[in-house]
Amino acid sequence: MSDITKQSLTQLVENIKNKKLSSTDVTKAFIDRSEKSEKLNAYITNDFTSALDKAKKFDQKPNLDLKLPGIPMAVKDLFCTKDIKTTAGSKILNNFVPTYESTVTENIWNEGAILLGKLNCDEFAMGSSNETSFFGNVQSPIDKNLVPGGSSGGSASAVAGQLTPVTIGTDTGGSIRQPASFTGIVGLKPTYGSCSRYGIVAFASSLDQAGPMAQNVKDCALLHEVISSYDPKDSTSIDFKRNHYSKELTNNIKGKKIGIPKEYRVDGMPKEIEDLWQKGIQYIKDCGAETIDISLPNTSYALPTYYIVAPAEASSNLARYDGVKYGFRAKGENLIDMYEKTRSEGFGAEVQRRIMIGTYVLSSGYYDAYYLKAQKVRKLIKNDFDEAYKKVDAILTPSTPSSAFKIGEKTNDPVSMYLNDIFTVPVNLAGLPGISIPAGHDAKGYPLGLQIIGKAFDEQNILNIAYAMEEKINFKNKITDWWIK
Amino acid sequence: MSIDLKTIKHISKLARISVDEQRAEKLAGDLNSIFDFIEKLNELKTDNIEPLTSIAETTLKLRSDEVKSKDIREQIIKNSPQDNEDYFVVPKVIE
Repeated sequence: MSDITKQSLTQLVENIKNKKLSSTDVTKAFIDRSEKSEKLNAYITNDFTSALDKAKKFDQKPNLDLKLPGIPMAVKDLFCTKDIKTTAGSKILNNFVPTYESTVTENIWNEGAILLGKLNCDEFAMGSSNETSFFGNVQSPIDKNLVPGGSSGGSASAVAGQLTPVTIGTDTGGSIRQPASFTGIVGLKPTYGSCSRYGIVAFASSLDQAGPMAQNVKDCALLHEVISSYDPKDSTSIDFKRNHYSKELTNNIKGKKIGIPKEYRVDGMPKEIEDLWQKGIQYIKDCGAETIDISLPNTSYALPTYYIVAPAEASSNLARYDGVKYGFRAKGENLIDMYEKTRSEGFGAEVQRRIMIGTYVLSSGYYDAYYLKAQKVRKLIKNDFDEAYKKVDAILTPSTPSSAFKIGEKTNDPVSMYLNDIFTVPVNLAGLPGISIPAGHDAKGYPLGLQIIGKAFDEQNILNIAYAMEEKINFKNKITDWWIK
Repeated sequence: MSIDLKTIKHISKLARISVDEQRAEKLAGDLNSIFDFIEKLNELKTDNIEPLTSIAETTLKLRSDEVKSKDIREQIIKNSPQDNEDYFVVPKVIE
C-alpha cells in the first residue's frame, strides 16, 4: 500500500483510468497513512469514513472521463464544505458547519475527487508558520519541531508527507508559496480573479486567491485547470479564456526572457539563498531562455504596504464574527459586552493584533496617512511590474529569504515573522501569478524554493518555465517518515 | 510616533474586542514595532499618484435582479449560537 501514496497525482489518475488501481485502493492508502501521521497535526477534521463510502460508490460505476477520477483529496480548512465543519483554524468558527460549498471545492468534486478532510492552517490564514492555529501548530515532514510554513501549513505538510496526493491552499501574502518552499513541494498562487473566492473564509479580499499545491509541476497544472473558472458568484472573478494547463504544458522555453530583479538581493540574506538563485539563473540559461537584469525599485515598500492593506481589509471582513449569526458566542451583560467578549475570547492573539492594526489605519484622522498612502504605494509597486513586463516574459526570485525555522523561534517578534513574506507579498499586491518550485537544500538539508512570477493571466507561461526548470533541477525531497512509529 | 495605552483602549472599543491591562500593554508594544516598520512608506512622495482601488482592471458585470435562493431560512438560522427556530437571538437591548 505504501507505494500508492508515493505516486504523483498524474500517475494515480492514469492508474485509475487504466484500472490498475481502484479509487478504493487509493483512498484506503491515503487514509491509512493519514491515520499514522497524527503527530504532524495536519488535519483539523477528517472525513475518512464517508471518503471510503464515496470511493466504493465511485468504483461501482466509475466515470473515467473526469479529470480527477476517484482521487482522494484533503483541503485547507478555509474552504467552506457543505455539511462538514469549517473552522479557518479559529475558535470562533469551531462549531461552524457551512450549508453551502465553495466554488473551487465544488469544481474539484465535480471532476470526481473525494474529500479526505480539512487541513490545519494559521487562524484566518494570518501567519507564516502555522503557529497561530487554534488547533495547534503543524509539524513539518522535513524535520521534527520544524515549521511547515504558513498559512497553508497543514496543506504543505500533508502533500510533502504524502497524506494527500495534492491539495489546495490560499495565498494572501505568500501562504501557498512560502510553505511550499519550506516543505519541498510546488505551490501556485494564481492571478487575482482566476479562481473564485466564493465560499472561502475571507481574510483580505483584494489579495486572497486559492491555488494548487502538489509534488510536481504537472500535478499542479492539472489541479489548477480544475479550480480556475469564471464564477458569477464572485464579483471579482474574471471571465477570460482559460488554458488546458496540463495538456498545454511544455518544457520548451527557448527564447523566453526572464527578469532578475536586483532589489530582491536583500540585506542579511543567507549566502545559500543567493547561491540557489544563481543556480536557478544557470538552469534558465540551460533551458535556452535568456536572463535580463531588471529593477523593481519599490520592492522594499511592499511589506509595509501589505501590513496596512491586509489588516485594513481583515478588520472589515472579520467584523461579521460578532456571536450573533454563527460561530462562538461568549456570555455578556448586554449586547455590546457580548460582542466584545465573543471577539476577545474567540480570536487568537495574531488575529486580534491585525484587527487592531486595521481598525487603527482606517480610523478617523489616520485613513489618509496610512490606508490611502498604502493604496498609492500599491499602485507604484504594480507600475514597477508593468514596466518590467515590457522587457521580460517572467521574473525569477528566491521564494523566501531563508529555509524553514524551528517552532517557537519567531513567535515573539511579529515583524521578524512578517519578513518571511518579503519576496511573495509584492506578487499579491500586484495581483499577479507566482509559482514556487523546490530548487535545492540548505546546509541543514532543508528545502529551498525559487519563485517564478508571471504576467497577469499568464499561468501557462510560468508553469512551462517551472516545468522546464524542474527537469534540470531534479529535486528529491528528503522525507524520512520520522513521525511514523 | 507612538501608540499609547489610551489609543489601544480606543481602538479596542472601535474593534469591539475587550482588552485587559496586561494585553493592552503587550498590544501597544507589538503595534509600535509594526508601525515603526510601516513608517518606511513616508520616504516615498506620492502626492500625484492615483491610489490603486481595484486590482482586477475590469468593469463589474451586470446581472438581472432575481431571487436565486428560496426557502433557505432554516439554512441561514442553522449555525445560530442560540437555538431558536425563527430568529437570531441576542441579549436584550430595549428595557
